[in-house]
Amino acid sequence: MTQAPQSVGLVTAQCAVFDAPFQLQGGAVLPGFQLMYETYGQMNAERSNAILICHALSGNHHVAGRYTAEDKYPGWWDSMVGPGKPIDTNRFFVVGLNNLGGCHGSTGPASLNPATGKPWGSAFPVVVVNDWVQSQALLADRLGIDKWAAVIGGSLGGMQALRWTVTFPQRVRHCLTIASAPKLTAQNIAFNDVARTAILADPDFHGGDYYDKGVVPRRGLKLARMLGHITYLSDEGMGGKFGRQLKAEGGYQFSYETEFEIESYLRYQGDRFADVFDANTYLLMTKALDYFDPARHFGGSLPKALEATPAKFLVVSFTTDWRFSPERSRETVKALLDAKKSVSYAEIESVHGHDAFLMTDEPYMQLMHAYLNRVAEEVGV
Amino acid sequence: MSTKTELRPDLARIASWIAPQTRVLDLGCGDGELLAHLRDAKAVSGYGVEIDMQGVIGCVARGVNVIQRDLESGLAGFEADSFDYVVLSLTIQSMKHVEAIIDEMLRVGRTGIVTFPNFGYWENRYQLALGRMPVSETIPYQWYNTPNIHLCTLNDFDALLTSHGARITSQMVMHQGRRITFLPNLLGSLALVRFERR
Repeated sequence: MTQAPQSVGLVTAQCAVFDAPFQLQGGAVLPGFQLMYETYGQMNAERSNAILICHALSGNHHVAGRYTAEDKYPGWWDSMVGPGKPIDTNRFFVVGLNNLGGCHGSTGPASLNPATGKPWGSAFPVVVVNDWVQSQALLADRLGIDKWAAVIGGSLGGMQALRWTVTFPQRVRHCLTIASAPKLTAQNIAFNDVARTAILADPDFHGGDYYDKGVVPRRGLKLARMLGHITYLSDEGMGGKFGRQLKAEGGYQFSYETEFEIESYLRYQGDRFADVFDANTYLLMTKALDYFDPARHFGGSLPKALEATPAKFLVVSFTTDWRFSPERSRETVKALLDAKKSVSYAEIESVHGHDAFLMTDEPYMQLMHAYLNRVAEEVGV
Repeated sequence: MSTKTELRPDLARIASWIAPQTRVLDLGCGDGELLAHLRDAKAVSGYGVEIDMQGVIGCVARGVNVIQRDLESGLAGFEADSFDYVVLSLTIQSMKHVEAIIDEMLRVGRTGIVTFPNFGYWENRYQLALGRMPVSETIPYQWYNTPNIHLCTLNDFDALLTSHGARITSQMVMHQGRRITFLPNLLGSLALVRFERR
């Protein structure tokens, strides 16, 4: 029965090493790789209660809980995952991982290339969403999970969830794709390109091989993040939070210093991000977004791509999300209806723009609770 | 958990018009009561369409497929002829685009089922005769706060269907959950009409 939501408490990251060569869709072969992951809750005897959480552009394997009691912040989706929370760890065995190409411990551009003994840097191959799904399937095999009770993700994570049902139609019971899209629009690719250009144009980028130069392309990465951040918020949300407030008393300074609160906020966010994230990973993740188009190998037909799966779907969008607008989610829904799939679609009212998928708007939490409760009953937990 | 509860009488009547193992689109489905019943009792599959978030959550909690959208914008997204039945229950009277939704129902489904409060019911006529806008069990609003902007009588609705190329295959009226056979347009407060393309 429902209980007051709690934290999963203290958690520890684990590492899964895969020694076999791994063929990527772009043609390159990785000589093995490792994935950082975390798990919460217990697998049941039937192994039917596992849920995979796919992360978005800047996410990682630390989905919920804290590493130490002193950690300032919990995992990135702590609001959604935990005992009594919508993804209830009293009922589900939840797996979060850092995707291949990431910068939080999984093999990525900053890892050592065994062939050279130096960081991969520019030599690290481009990875696409389907490569992630393939690597996640290897992790599922390793953990003894034949079929996920659900694969869940927001934004780029939602693309992975959708791709799972195309690549491994029989291994997904439920697919929850939130604030996502079946493919990017030109405008969305354009945003990504400006972000990449900011990084590529940073003199400290050194063509991607900056690791042994003692520098990082901070300015480019910061700019990329600032731009991205604007597109994750709604005009309404940003206006409500910052308006035209100035940082200091005394009115306009008639200078180019940081004066408005929104400037200060964006720069702070950009700096904080540049401290912890790797520029090459940012390039790789945005490119994976751009290339995503599961209908491509099915004559451009998304219903055909989805034909094989018996999975059930929940598609969620947010009213003020303009980076992955409700319109884009409706395209996914239309394809699922055309393919006569079991699907529910909700358009949540929120002022939080694209970021709403990480927030806790009440109807959103209620919806997730209700859906995952059905999933739990279905798999007998 | 689906607990066996008594289905609303008008929904029970609609359900009786729907054959087992068919596909149903329920427009304005609320919390999915009808579709959950049809699934459990008749192995019917399909989707609900609902604009209200609490209704959507109710559907999801019952395991009923639901698409959140405004019916006023039509049924784009649903393929032509993709359902055996399209149901619109106690909703049409509050819709702006009545003709459009009838056309859409005829497009995506083989059979349409519409229920609405019958404005021809004697009590409504009586109140009008006394010089006031009717307020009754099926129309429980004042004229200034009613969501009902397109009220009609059983006969009016028949005429609309005919003019949109539909053929009525069954119709009945009810009052307080009971079927009325004598002077239906006068003695029935709730109308149920089943129709298909002519």
